[in-house]
Amino acid sequence: MSATATANAAVPSGLTRRLANLLYRRPNVYLLMLLIPPLLWFGVVYLGSLFALLGQSFYTFDDFSMTVSHDLTLANYQALLVAANGDVLLRTITMAVMVTLAASLIGFPIAYYMARYCRGWEKGLFYVAVMLPMWASYIVKVYAWTVILSKEGVLFWIIQHLGLTGVMDSLLATPGLGGNTLATSHLGRFLVFTYIWLPFMILPIQAALERVPQSLLQASADLGARPIQTFRTVLLPLAFPGVVAGSIFTFSLTLGDYIIPQLVGPSGLFLGSMVYTMQGSIGNIPLAAAFTVVPIVLIGLYLMLAKRLGAFDAL
Amino acid sequence: MRSDNGHPRAPRWLRIMAYGGLLFLHFPIVMIMLNAFNADPGGSAFPPTGLTLHWFSEALAREDVLQAIGLSVRVAAMATGLALVLGLITAAALYRRQFWGKEALSLMLILPIALPGIITGIALLSAFKLMGAEPGFWTIVIGHATFCVVMVYNNVIARFRRLPHSLVEASMDLGGDGWMTLRKVVLPQLATALLAGGMLAFALSFDELIVTTFTAGHERTLPIWLLNQLSRPRDAPITNVVAMLVMLVTAIPILLAHYLTRNTAASSGSGK
Repeated sequence: MSATATANAAVPSGLTRRLANLLYRRPNVYLLMLLIPPLLWFGVVYLGSLFALLGQSFYTFDDFSMTVSHDLTLANYQALLVAANGDVLLRTITMAVMVTLAASLIGFPIAYYMARYCRGWEKGLFYVAVMLPMWASYIVKVYAWTVILSKEGVLFWIIQHLGLTGVMDSLLATPGLGGNTLATSHLGRFLVFTYIWLPFMILPIQAALERVPQSLLQASADLGARPIQTFRTVLLPLAFPGVVAGSIFTFSLTLGDYIIPQLVGPSGLFLGSMVYTMQGSIGNIPLAAAFTVVPIVLIGLYLMLAKRLGAFDAL
Repeated sequence: MRSDNGHPRAPRWLRIMAYGGLLFLHFPIVMIMLNAFNADPGGSAFPPTGLTLHWFSEALAREDVLQAIGLSVRVAAMATGLALVLGLITAAALYRRQFWGKEALSLMLILPIALPGIITGIALLSAFKLMGAEPGFWTIVIGHATFCVVMVYNNVIARFRRLPHSLVEASMDLGGDGWMTLRKVVLPQLATALLAGGMLAFALSFDELIVTTFTAGHERTLPIWLLNQLSRPRDAPITNVVAMLVMLVTAIPILLAHYLTRNTAASSGSGK
């Protein structure tokens, strides 16, 4: 090693050049040097913050002095089971499940059409047309819906001109769906959630369907299966990992969102809004931290299940 | 489902559902575009009473709007810069060699976008508080860079995998040293992947809201400005114009990035 080092020194070259050559000959040192910055950033800054947060979920929050003390307690986790907090969790999880179901029902035909029937320019069109709304600004999309759903908005205008005001009113009167107007109804909130995460469902399903070999479908048809049978017994099982992959996004993103519940739909806290108010106006970081453990655990379990279903290969 | 000549034709109901879905996906975006030109002072009346460019000049004369734009651009530029450096280094470390903990590290890169934003947001905020750091420009940048790295990493590692190692060896054989090889062989090959990753990171940072609401302190990025407008509705026409600008600033880099990486398997990919 020292021989090469002196040989290099003889060549008229800068320090950086010698360093670069040294590193090429010592791949382990090179690798270690490369790994230091990402490990510091993700291992220390990011994971460190996550673990610090987890640790704080065991701290005690004093309701009277509004301060956090370092006495360890499980009270924050017990508080999650209190009726009011349990309601928040239940409401959020129900919404996440409903949104996931709706997105897969709406998304599947689109993905199916993209994967099986689109060729050439139409394929490019569909891909860009699904990707663009997925990446378009989140807050702007939510804003667009608050305008669309408002009383002067375009949706009411269309409903009025179609003469469907009566249908709309009875829909809004339905408990569990309704509210005063579309903009303040559960239905409106559900619609916005489904809209916002829909592209996250379409693309993984499309990717999974693309990978189904055409020959399998032909074989199924040759063996006498009707199209619907081929769909049910061949295509759907093979596409299912894609649906699960998409559902990871729709489920996880709905679970953590607090902007949509704040801007669309009736009052009633969501998990995300709970975390936000707890840490913000009240300063109860321990309870907020305990709340964040719920999505972490749920998504952890979900990811494990998804992995067993082969969803990661469909991502 | 016959495929005797070319490819099968879709049943009409399926075609209608697919195009209906596209219509649904683009309807709100079209409405935002339309409302930005809506002459109605209420900003959202449908159908529009007339079309005008007036609100653009008004919006761009507003001090608070300009400040928010300035902050967002500075944050996104800084976060993109950090993400480019970190993403490139991480991809270089992970693409060829197997080592213990490699899977854990690549999982860690995805975690900030796989976990809900509130978790990243509150975790970073409480860590900043523990360290006594005042929320502001740099805390926003740190938050954004954390989830932007994966955008650069995904693009660069896909390109690294297609780059034959023999190219590097050939350069060395021809007398190029490590430094020269990096500069003249490796980096030019990675250039468009870096550019695409950088644009995705910029768009992501420019638009990020949830993590930002935790780490911003009193600073107002453009998405936070918009959120404030929505909770206290006023100046709807100006909000419409800003919304359209945000949409364009986010969408154009995404399209360019897609164009730059359209031949790579893993291009823009996963979620926010």
